Amino acid sequence: MIPAAPNAGCDSAAAPVLRERGQREVFCGLTGIVWLHRKIQDAFFLVVGSRTCAHLIQSAAGVMVFAEPRFATAIMEEKDLAGLADANEELDNVVDRLLERRPDIKLLFLVGSCPSEVIKLDLSRAAQRLSTKHQPKVRVLNYSGSGIETTFTQGEDACLAALVPEAPSAGDDATPSLLVVGALPDVVEDQFSRLFAELGIGPVAFFPPRRSGEIPAVGPNTRMLIAQPFLGDTARALEARGAKRLPALFPFGAEGTTHWLKAAADAWDVPEMDFRRVVAPHRERAKRALARSKETLDGRSIFFFPDSQLEPPLARFLAEELGMRPIEIGTPYLNRDLLSEELKRLPEGAQLSEGQHVDKQLDRCRDARPDLVVCGLGLANPLEREGLTTKWSIELVFSPVHGFDQAGDLAALFARPFARRSVLRV
Amino acid sequence: MKLTVWTYEGPPHVGAMRIATAMKGLHYVLHAPQGDTYADLLFTMIERRDARPPVTYTTFQARDLGSDTAQLFKTAALEAYKRFKPEAMIVGASCTAELIQDDPAGLARALKLPIPVIALDLPSYQKKENWGASETFYQLVRTFAPKVEGAPERTPGSRPRCNILGPTALGFRHRDDVVEVKRLLARLGVDVNVTAPLEATPSDLARLTDADFNVVLYPEIADVAARWLERTHGQKMIRTVPIGQNATKDFINEIAALTGIDPTPLLNDADARLPWWSRSVDSNYLTGKRVFIFGDATHAIAAARVASEELGFEVVGLGTYAREFARDVRAAAEKLGLTALISDDYLEVEQAIAELQPELVLGTQMERHIAKRLGIGCAVISAPAHVQDYPARFSPQMGFEGANVLFDTWVHPLVMGLEEHLLAMFREDFEFNDAAGPSHLAAHQPASPPAAAPAPSDIIWSKEAEAELTKIPFFVRGKARRNAERFATEQGLAIIQIETLYDAKSHYAR
Repeated sequence: MIPAAPNAGCDSAAAPVLRERGQREVFCGLTGIVWLHRKIQDAFFLVVGSRTCAHLIQSAAGVMVFAEPRFATAIMEEKDLAGLADANEELDNVVDRLLERRPDIKLLFLVGSCPSEVIKLDLSRAAQRLSTKHQPKVRVLNYSGSGIETTFTQGEDACLAALVPEAPSAGDDATPSLLVVGALPDVVEDQFSRLFAELGIGPVAFFPPRRSGEIPAVGPNTRMLIAQPFLGDTARALEARGAKRLPALFPFGAEGTTHWLKAAADAWDVPEMDFRRVVAPHRERAKRALARSKETLDGRSIFFFPDSQLEPPLARFLAEELGMRPIEIGTPYLNRDLLSEELKRLPEGAQLSEGQHVDKQLDRCRDARPDLVVCGLGLANPLEREGLTTKWSIELVFSPVHGFDQAGDLAALFARPFARRSVLRV
Repeated sequence: MKLTVWTYEGPPHVGAMRIATAMKGLHYVLHAPQGDTYADLLFTMIERRDARPPVTYTTFQARDLGSDTAQLFKTAALEAYKRFKPEAMIVGASCTAELIQDDPAGLARALKLPIPVIALDLPSYQKKENWGASETFYQLVRTFAPKVEGAPERTPGSRPRCNILGPTALGFRHRDDVVEVKRLLARLGVDVNVTAPLEATPSDLARLTDADFNVVLYPEIADVAARWLERTHGQKMIRTVPIGQNATKDFINEIAALTGIDPTPLLNDADARLPWWSRSVDSNYLTGKRVFIFGDATHAIAAARVASEELGFEVVGLGTYAREFARDVRAAAEKLGLTALISDDYLEVEQAIAELQPELVLGTQMERHIAKRLGIGCAVISAPAHVQDYPARFSPQMGFEGANVLFDTWVHPLVMGLEEHLLAMFREDFEFNDAAGPSHLAAHQPASPPAAAPAPSDIIWSKEAEAELTKIPFFVRGKARRNAERFATEQGLAIIQIETLYDAKSHYAR
């Protein structure tokens, strides 16, 4: 283990990162389908994989097995492994059957998995073939959500990156426009839309769109705000289309959201006074909402197991605005580009770690006895039994947490485990 | 390739995990890519286990392929041995690792660990979870309870002794079934030698041979192992699964016949309430209720018998997702004049239920969702099950207490007798009608829900604020509405705008 070096404070971008390999207690990228299929309402996600893939998604999405979902798995069987030509034919049949069942589908993602990657089933060619076959009714795209290539939220990154080429081109003479990148809850998009309108920033579009026919045009006059820290490939793909990224903190908490909006305001030359006038009431409101959780969280230590790549921005938010003390900030992958602003503001003494060797990390966690452990569902109950207080990390990607009006909710997610401990008398 | 929306069973290595997690002192080293650790949460969340499953995953990634995945396996196995100090280890591959053909068996052998290492060959692209569990248990039993040539014959003790085989982690009510069956056996005067795999260690498995016979609670898991024990060690096998009043009696009689014990005192058990509950006049309305049954073979077959013989339901459909036991389910269906539905295609099951229009569905969590969508009452009788089917209370399916539990659980979702009459008499009642569901259930939805309490007369909601309110999740919407109105009153605001809504949210967050 690399010891935590004395931290240079404002320049923790240079702080040593603990990199580990070993067992990773994380989801693969297929899991992103659980929220993506709800975001793009006329899209369908067909995983080409094994029974394990199907079992994973349904276990991750277990609580919502209510309707026929807009995702499914084409489960490969022995005979599909024997000859690839057959596998392609089988896939075409599955897609035919699926589209017959769901005539409302306009966009179909073929999602690669570990087994499909290992047998080198070429899903991009399959997507082209099937697109030609089913055009103009259905567009077929592909990306990989396999565990050998993607961790959890990277599945959304891969999906959105695959969607980028579908965006119409905006020319050099197009009006400057703002693109907000990352799947956000509808209510959060609406809040941001109102703020941008008040600031006089626009036109504003969101990526991914709610419907597949509404993909915004992208070009050299597109400015983008990235809303999720795990969208490195998507950002690069959009940059390749000419879009310019506005570096900023991520919109978590009053400070993060202000900084994020300011990046757009500066790009639109919004006068400082106007920016303050518009943002101040929202910012104050966010701070008021944080006050109660702060009473609980102030001074408490926190340990992040790697999960969604949201860990560094959340640690920054919890440290700066709620007085928490991050001990270790684990992330499955440290995207230095997108996190450039965040890394500068991580508190001293916090160990950043990338990758995972879960047993060693558990040893460190037990030694550190943090007041709160942020971890996945496989670890939470066992750690609770050991007497540690935990927060399930998956809630952080399944709840509206971005922006001013969710800052209080986000803080409350971390405060609730303490509140629960204090009310229970069993 | 098979189009699958939901699956009834996981892959076979999850079956192996159910054995490893049930046991003590056994560790599973699984060659698997990143992401396969999702299986841990089946145990820690769905079953609420308070310890991690004893499984080490190698977690290989794309960059490892073709270079050193084999080394990864060896490192993981060695580290797992050193860290967890198990009595024995099982090793194997998940679906992706099976494709890269690293040979975990050979790699593990090369490590020369000082403990027994059992290699599992679980073909992921042919087999499924229950098969994987059965195969794993069989391999463990073979390894730890081998036939030793020239070993002295076992001398039977003064009291009959048996093993209980089949209960696993993540099994449907396995924990409680074991308690209930042990109680029956104790009252009958039969000693329990080993219960396995649940709570057993590898060395317990070595003691399996020190019993007169085996009780197989879940044939899906333990039939293969028990047959091997019968062939190899001459241990008889009790085949009746004691689910339901009559099957419990058969079970007791079968053991009595084998051991020469008089079953009469136990057969007249005073705790067996199902017969009287079913005969009491209020249960008249249960007669001929149309019921659709689907699950694993053991629970589906048992449920069909209980439903038809002990509750007086009419079984209109019977099926299983367990193809390995299709023959048994077909036979049970034929007895009821039905053709069994043998399928693991959720959509096919849904279609069958929709066509048969039963009044009650007894199934897995999948059928619960189907039934919910179709507005039919449902009780869960079999795995796969969700977290709410792992209750805190004692609720076995087996034995006399199990039969009591079945009565309560299956009758609960139905519309009660007199209510049914009233529904038929006053069909146009705006609140209580067919679509509203049984009135004693939380899911009961009066057709015209009472209007929300009107806002204080001087407060008006703007159109935008009303629209914003609908974006708030329904379970907190009422609170948000009340808070906004209270806030507006306190602040002397006449109109609630979007901003008022969020000001109130922030205000009351404090």
